[in-house]
Amino acid sequence: MTQTTPHPEEAGSRAGHPLVQLTGVQKHFGDLHVLKDIELEVAAGEVVVVLGPSGSGKSTLCRTINRLETIDEGEIRVDGELLPTSGAGLAKLRSEVGMVFQSFNLFAHKTVLQNITVAPIKVKGIPRRDAEVTGMELLERVGVADQADKLPAQLSGGQQQRVAIARSLAMSPKVMLFDEPTSALDPEMISEVIEVMTGLAKDGMTMIVVTHEMGFARRTADRVVFMDSGRIVEVRPPEEFFSSPQTDRAKDFLGKILHN
Amino acid sequence: MDTFLIERDMLWTAFSTTLTLAAISGAISLVLGTLIAALRVSPYAPLRALATAYTEFLRNTPLTIVFFFYVFVTPSMGFTFDYKVAAVIALSCYTSAFVAEAVRSGINSVTVGQAEAARSLGMSFSQNLSIVVLPQAFRTAIPPLISVFIALVKNTSVAGAFGVFELFALSKRLTNVYSADVIAILVGVALCYLLLCIPLGQLAGHLERKVAFAR
Ligand SMILES: Nc1ncnc2c1ncn2[C@@H]1O[C@H](COP(=O)(O)OP(=O)(O)OP(=O)(O)O)[C@@H](O)[C@H]1O
Ligand SMILES: [Mg+2]
Repeated sequence: MTQTTPHPEEAGSRAGHPLVQLTGVQKHFGDLHVLKDIELEVAAGEVVVVLGPSGSGKSTLCRTINRLETIDEGEIRVDGELLPTSGAGLAKLRSEVGMVFQSFNLFAHKTVLQNITVAPIKVKGIPRRDAEVTGMELLERVGVADQADKLPAQLSGGQQQRVAIARSLAMSPKVMLFDEPTSALDPEMISEVIEVMTGLAKDGMTMIVVTHEMGFARRTADRVVFMDSGRIVEVRPPEEFFSSPQTDRAKDFLGKILHN
Repeated sequence: MDTFLIERDMLWTAFSTTLTLAAISGAISLVLGTLIAALRVSPYAPLRALATAYTEFLRNTPLTIVFFFYVFVTPSMGFTFDYKVAAVIALSCYTSAFVAEAVRSGINSVTVGQAEAARSLGMSFSQNLSIVVLPQAFRTAIPPLISVFIALVKNTSVAGAFGVFELFALSKRLTNVYSADVIAILVGVALCYLLLCIPLGQLAGHLERKVAFAR
């Protein structure tokens, strides 16, 4: 699987070069200021979990990193390069930044295997045969190889989300963004997706994960980013964040989460 | 019905002209309409505006006026078309606006997540449309598209008033000559249209079943 692990040499060690850098990022939706003075640096191989109440801007933050949302001010760099604003440069950048959505968003009219191979074939120009071999390896890795010829709707939510992860991996991304990947899943399916994500983290994938899975945050995150009303309020290692949150808003948030 | 037996060569000419007009204009309007629909969702505002203007203009103009334009106005501007060619152009332009609307409603039925996933994998706008969005959009657009093409078959009759000898022109000529058989002639011509339209309706059902997929 070395092919899909972009920085194998950094696996284990978590002190790679800065891979994602946000500086002075501001974002509005009309009058609503949804991202305020965002400063964040994610190193290669690092796993960052983003926490925060609903509407605090977690999704928006994620989506600005591959420019599904544009920003009004500030800079975003991926692997040292400024996000291109459009065209082939932007497409290339997006292919290097994997994204996993809450609602899976598998291509409904394509089989599971086609979902995995279509972008490598059409975007990267990889020969179909090779793409299919890699695709099957990836499906094997996420445990759904036996579903390769089915349509997404025939799969359970957990299986769909694992396929979606494999689809992103097929582009050999440098970093992967997860926006509440388990929030649409029935409880019994959450762990199978979390397991795949934990495996990715172990293999050294750089990950930015918005999630409400506190177990994953505790065990796997290198740092927790806590957001509230568009601001990053705390950035700390998970053990510190969960045992002694610094801000009242984080305390509030954790109190609510733990009481649910 | 004797009239049709006596004039069967004429009937065949008229029938095949109607069929040809409908088939060629149908093919052109499908391509053109899809292109217009694509422009309407393009990231460039001027292209969107252009496509919207095109659709609204043609959709809200009587077909006879579109014909009038291509048959009488463009020759005065130095473009002269054969009547049949002018008819194909008029029908294609007019119908493409309706195709564009049907395809656009199909595009709107595809969830934004599909296009976002495609973008996040690095697909360009045109790849996104051709690989992800349009194949799904067409599935929902089949019923409205078939209605558009049935309307097109019937609209070919306007060409009969603009120098093309098709079924409608045939009915005019025959009723002039065989005035005792008016009802039989009109029923016969109506049947010819049915003969063209009913298979279209069945094609719709067939296509829908064939491309049905769970979401
Ligand atoms: N496309 C949009 N247009 C207008 N406002 C938006 C849009 N997307 C998000 N917002 C608003 O921006 C704010 C931040 O939204 P965002 O989705 O980033 O929050 P979130 O932290 O991901 O919340 P949740 O936990 O509910 O997913 C919210 O107030 C939301 O209503
Ligand atoms: Mg969100």
